[in-house]
Amino acid sequence: MSPWSRNMNLRAGALLTLFFLITALLAYFWTPYDPRALSIIEKLQPPNPHHWFGTDQLGRDVLSLIMVGAQTSVGVASLSVIIGMCVGVPLGLLAAARRGAIDELLMRGNDVIFAFPALLMAILITAALGPGAVNAIVAIGIFNIPVFARVTRAGALPLWTRDYALAARVAGKGPMRISSEHILPNLLGVLAVQGTIQFSLGVIAEAGLAYVGLSAQPPTPSWGRMLNEAQTLTALAPSLAFFPGCAVLLFVLGLNLLGEGLRRGAERPT
Amino acid sequence: MSDSLLDIDDLSVVIGANQLVKTLSLEVHTGEIVGLVGASGSGKSLTALAIMQLLPESAVTTGLVRLRGEALSGKPEALMQQIRGRDIGMVFQEPMTALNPLMRIGDQVGETLRLHQNISALAAKRAAREALDLVGLTGEIGSLDRYPYELSGGERQRVAIAMAAIMSPPLLIADEPTTALDVITQAQVLSLLQQLVRTRNMGLLLVTHDLAIMAQLADRVAVMRQGEIIEQGDAEQVLRHPRHAYTAALLAAAALKPHAGAGRIDQSGDRAPAVLQVVDIVRDFPRKRRSLWRAAPRLRAVDHVSLQVRSGETVGLVGQSGSGKSSLLKVILALESSQGGKVRLLGEDFSSARGAQLHRLRRAIQGVFQDPYGSFDPKWSVERVIGEPFFLLNAQPAAAERRRKIGTMLEQVGLSASDARRLPHEFSGGERQRIAIARALITEPAVIVFDEAVSALDVLLRQQILDLLAQLAKRLNVAYLFVSHDLHVIRAIADRVYVMQHGRIVEEGPTERIFASPRHAYTQALIAAAPKLQAMR
Repeated sequence: MSPWSRNMNLRAGALLTLFFLITALLAYFWTPYDPRALSIIEKLQPPNPHHWFGTDQLGRDVLSLIMVGAQTSVGVASLSVIIGMCVGVPLGLLAAARRGAIDELLMRGNDVIFAFPALLMAILITAALGPGAVNAIVAIGIFNIPVFARVTRAGALPLWTRDYALAARVAGKGPMRISSEHILPNLLGVLAVQGTIQFSLGVIAEAGLAYVGLSAQPPTPSWGRMLNEAQTLTALAPSLAFFPGCAVLLFVLGLNLLGEGLRRGAERPT
Repeated sequence: MSDSLLDIDDLSVVIGANQLVKTLSLEVHTGEIVGLVGASGSGKSLTALAIMQLLPESAVTTGLVRLRGEALSGKPEALMQQIRGRDIGMVFQEPMTALNPLMRIGDQVGETLRLHQNISALAAKRAAREALDLVGLTGEIGSLDRYPYELSGGERQRVAIAMAAIMSPPLLIADEPTTALDVITQAQVLSLLQQLVRTRNMGLLLVTHDLAIMAQLADRVAVMRQGEIIEQGDAEQVLRHPRHAYTAALLAAAALKPHAGAGRIDQSGDRAPAVLQVVDIVRDFPRKRRSLWRAAPRLRAVDHVSLQVRSGETVGLVGQSGSGKSSLLKVILALESSQGGKVRLLGEDFSSARGAQLHRLRRAIQGVFQDPYGSFDPKWSVERVIGEPFFLLNAQPAAAERRRKIGTMLEQVGLSASDARRLPHEFSGGERQRIAIARALITEPAVIVFDEAVSALDVLLRQQILDLLAQLAKRLNVAYLFVSHDLHVIRAIADRVYVMQHGRIVEEGPTERIFASPRHAYTQALIAAAPKLQAMR
């Protein structure tokens, strides 16, 4: 790939991502209509100058619903990434610093979590704990833990063989201190990339859970549930499925482009 | 003079905005060894690749390369492919990566032949056998069915040479063919190359940074600096009576003066207290288990090694790669535990020290490591890097005091105090090694351990760093334990030498005695194998 198109990927990804983040933020202060205001008279309108994205079967403004739904997506995905990082990164650092039995134990534990299909387990967890945004966050977050633990460990192992890690040990520093002072700072690039990718997977997972009714509950708007509700009405109002579908697609595309661009940037020799 | 085999006329290579090879002209005749010598980054390897038309597409080459009068420049890739291997053979630096790990060596050597001639597999095998015999890989060792990973570095380089020579190409190009090998293997590979050129009447273009190799092998020498040939001529002429100041400087740096003791250790020095005592150290590594029920077999890397370093003394430890030097160093620095013996530092037991005692003793020993690029955290400023060992002090100095000490130390090693704010990647290899030395000195240790600390530097930088170390030793009265595979370096800096082979110390004594009358057969072999500048044919 030429440097130009690589740069364009990064920019397009960053722009799309930023666009959705701003939308989510904006929805706290302003939406074209109250997303919870029902107006049966105006139900199932196709896109028109008053309602750009049309209205749903209860007459709510779809654009407003999507804007508020972005909050749910961003919130669930980002919090689950944070959970994954806060637990997974220290575990990965510990495994790389200590090696031996601790390493084996942690990594085999990871393998166990990896062995279950993530979304299936998330459904199980939310089914057991009850549906809701918080439980969706926990469920998706748990599956981010082994990903971050593995990426951190894999990145940390070669750093431990560098002479600067040796020099730090000669300077009397212990494994935990070296991990936080030398290893972690040099992994931030890798972790940012992985974080972006997990974020996009989180968006998809949230939409999936919401679709089967296991994420945020009504009346909180959510893209996944909008898709679910639109399903029975596709013949009557195809735009109802189109817009939330596009929102998921574009947001995930943006995040992936951003992640890919960051990765290529991180690979550049320094 | 015989006909010109390879004729390079006004070759220039430009990549991006940098002109990396400048109007270079060079000839190689049949049956002649031409040395292309220069510091790293002088454009030697680029020149070799330009001859083969193997430069990346982003490189713009001008000038003319001719092989037996036929222009290679601008030849279509398909024709070049026929020429490579058939008319020009090439041997690369790294024997580890030059061979395909999944191909038997017989197939690999025969491949060149099968690519160029329509011959049967059997005939190719027979030819491969002959080629391997020619490079000295006979019988079991050179079995066609072996894989590269089963061979040692020197054996692999022989296979690479067999591959390059199987078609008897009139021209052989060897790019640092022995840099990755230890001295004894290096001597064998060099004499093999020499013999090939003589018996088959080939031309050899030998690219290297090592002037001593040139002195032993080359008929003519071309000296490169910053992409230009600044001097070329008869090897004897150039190496004995260099006309260019840069050549003279290279020669002076390569011919490291044997260390005269510099009056640092007088005869009474023998009674100076020992700062570091290594007593009977054993270091085993577990090997892969064969059975779940039996204990894993062990590999003994260090076998009952004892040595000592006295206050203010420079001790050399020399041995081939794999002799256990690095394993020993890790034990000495208390980074790894040993399976027997102990390390005493300032009279106290360092190897079993824990907690506060370990912390206190660590102050007395610091290390400088091999790779000037890997030894600093790329995100840390020089100031932070050098200040890291302050962690060992109970009362860490306040910011102002810290900055002052770091500034002084930077000046001690020949950098300036204002360099403190910069990042490691802004410095060259030689400067980085100075920073590493500053870091080792900042806690005023009694002894510093150097692990191949100048091996990655070219001769000029190596000379500067060794000079600096000698000065610092005198000024600060710090002892060095200097580990290297390079006898010249050891001879230039050490007062006393230990020779290590297969994990054991086989000989020890004052530097002069070891070099003048080595007693152990291995020491004799090491000294005999080292290329010597004086050994002009």
